[in-house]
Amino acid sequence: MTRGVEGVAGRRGVLTRGFGAQVRAEVTMTLRRGESLLLTLGIPIVLLGFFTLIGYPDRSMTGGVDTIAFLAPGVIALAVMSTAMVGLGIATGFERQYGVLKRLATTPLGRPALIGAKIAAVGVVELLQVVVLVIAGVLLGWQPRGDVVSAIVLVALATLAFAGLGLLMAGTLRGEVTLAAANGLYLLLLLLGGMVVPLSKLPGAVQGLARALPAAALADALHAILGTGSAVPGRAWLVLIAWAVAGPAAAALTFRWE
Amino acid sequence: MPAAVELIDLAVRYGQTEAVRGVSFEAAAGAVTALLGPNGAGKTTTVETLEGYRVASAGTVRVLGLDPATQLTRLRARIGVMLQSGGVYPTMKAGEVLRLFAAYYEHPLSPNALLERVGLANVTGTPWKRLSGGEQQRLSLALALVGRPEVAFLDEPTAGVDPAGRLVIRDVVRQLRDEGVAVVLTTHELEEAAKLADHVIIIDRGRVVAAGSPAELMASGGAADIRFGGRPGIDTSSLGERVGAAVFEAQPGEYVIEAEATPGRVAALTAWLAEHELPLGDLRAGRQTLEDVFLRLTGDLAGDEGAVARDSAVAQEGAVAQEGAVGPRRRRARP
Repeated sequence: MTRGVEGVAGRRGVLTRGFGAQVRAEVTMTLRRGESLLLTLGIPIVLLGFFTLIGYPDRSMTGGVDTIAFLAPGVIALAVMSTAMVGLGIATGFERQYGVLKRLATTPLGRPALIGAKIAAVGVVELLQVVVLVIAGVLLGWQPRGDVVSAIVLVALATLAFAGLGLLMAGTLRGEVTLAAANGLYLLLLLLGGMVVPLSKLPGAVQGLARALPAAALADALHAILGTGSAVPGRAWLVLIAWAVAGPAAAALTFRWE
Repeated sequence: MPAAVELIDLAVRYGQTEAVRGVSFEAAAGAVTALLGPNGAGKTTTVETLEGYRVASAGTVRVLGLDPATQLTRLRARIGVMLQSGGVYPTMKAGEVLRLFAAYYEHPLSPNALLERVGLANVTGTPWKRLSGGEQQRLSLALALVGRPEVAFLDEPTAGVDPAGRLVIRDVVRQLRDEGVAVVLTTHELEEAAKLADHVIIIDRGRVVAAGSPAELMASGGAADIRFGGRPGIDTSSLGERVGAAVFEAQPGEYVIEAEATPGRVAALTAWLAEHELPLGDLRAGRQTLEDVFLRLTGDLAGDEGAVARDSAVAQEGAVAQEGAVGPRRRRARP
């Protein structure tokens, strides 16, 4: 019987080892994709630098804070969206097309651990992005402040929401279509997300729609915590939680592995 | 000991189409079992049901005594899978992907030794997408084996592989068999089945049309005969009297003597030809090849698909053809 117990422990050990190796592989491959780095780090840094240099004409647009204090949380939200939705969606879409997901389904790693490893790898890349963007922001004169724990919870919720949307596309569309759709959605949510263009500059009806989307909810919440140092609006929490449940659920219900 | 793989009356349906209907066979440990059939015969569907990708609409599926559709979690560590194509991250290097797969298993083979064994030690640092088709197939094979499987499912393992690569793959498959692994492979190439398999299951249009060892299949159905090529229009009745058997001209210049190729009968044939000063183009005596069996069983396919499969089977089956015959062979009209 002891052999059986050892067997279970051995299997658990190998599951952990396999999961760790998978997370490492996912991170390595993400960092190896040049176009992915452009999207996840290049664009946020360029937007941060460009709009900081131009400056917003009116402080009322930024909630009464410096341009950099508005932009830095905004581009962090953008970075989270780019990795969790666009990067994950496109990579997974092509992996589905290339039969990678199919092949991994018959290894001991299994499908739930594969998806878990992908989300964990997104978290690792997001951490790298935040470190780089905070350093860039500080160099541009940003003084970060606020409740870090709430910020981490918000980013985690947003990651689930965006990953759900990315996997929804990856699991139902062809790789090329996912590529186009994810990039299109990225641009739309960038403009409607209050990340670099303040929501207050959008027409009223569009503003209402934008506030129901996860991008604006995350940007709003991060602006509040990290920018103005105020409390996160209750609506932002609700919107993020709703998307964090609905996105992955929709993906799980529709995902086709082949 | 129960068979490693057991299929009883498997049926698999895609919507209205029944891709597999009533397939039964067993695959034993320490043996190579080949599913042979034209493209679209249902080979991949059958194997993918064993791998847990497809759900049977009827029948019993057992791999190591477990049902892959519902007990795949317990099976995954004990089976190795080689898909027909793809299955690897395009940007991942050969060595990386093998090390990654090794990490999934409890007692994996050494990735470096395995790369050596499949002849890829020199492309360890090459990304999958830059490997040749044959190298990709050999890496896929290595990925199927790295976890020391008890059952290996190889879907068209030698498709698109150059001759040297084929030798490596055949060698590895034979080693697996000798180590006691149950190898189940599919192929549409007779040469592979004849060279590799202990047990061949010929599948056509979703059904098993024949099964047995290559020798059994070649001995079965159709009596032995003698075929030869010569000048068109020779006197077959005179020759028939001489050799003591029916002779007919299957095609102009292609003759069949419907009798066993005893030395006496072959001598009578050549003597008769010599007396009539007739040239002998080519001569084939003895039992039929696996190709003959395959063509006879799948040859009455209606439509173009069958014709394509026949052509490719003939074109790719150089080695077996050479064993038996020299020059062109024609098929007799079958009833």
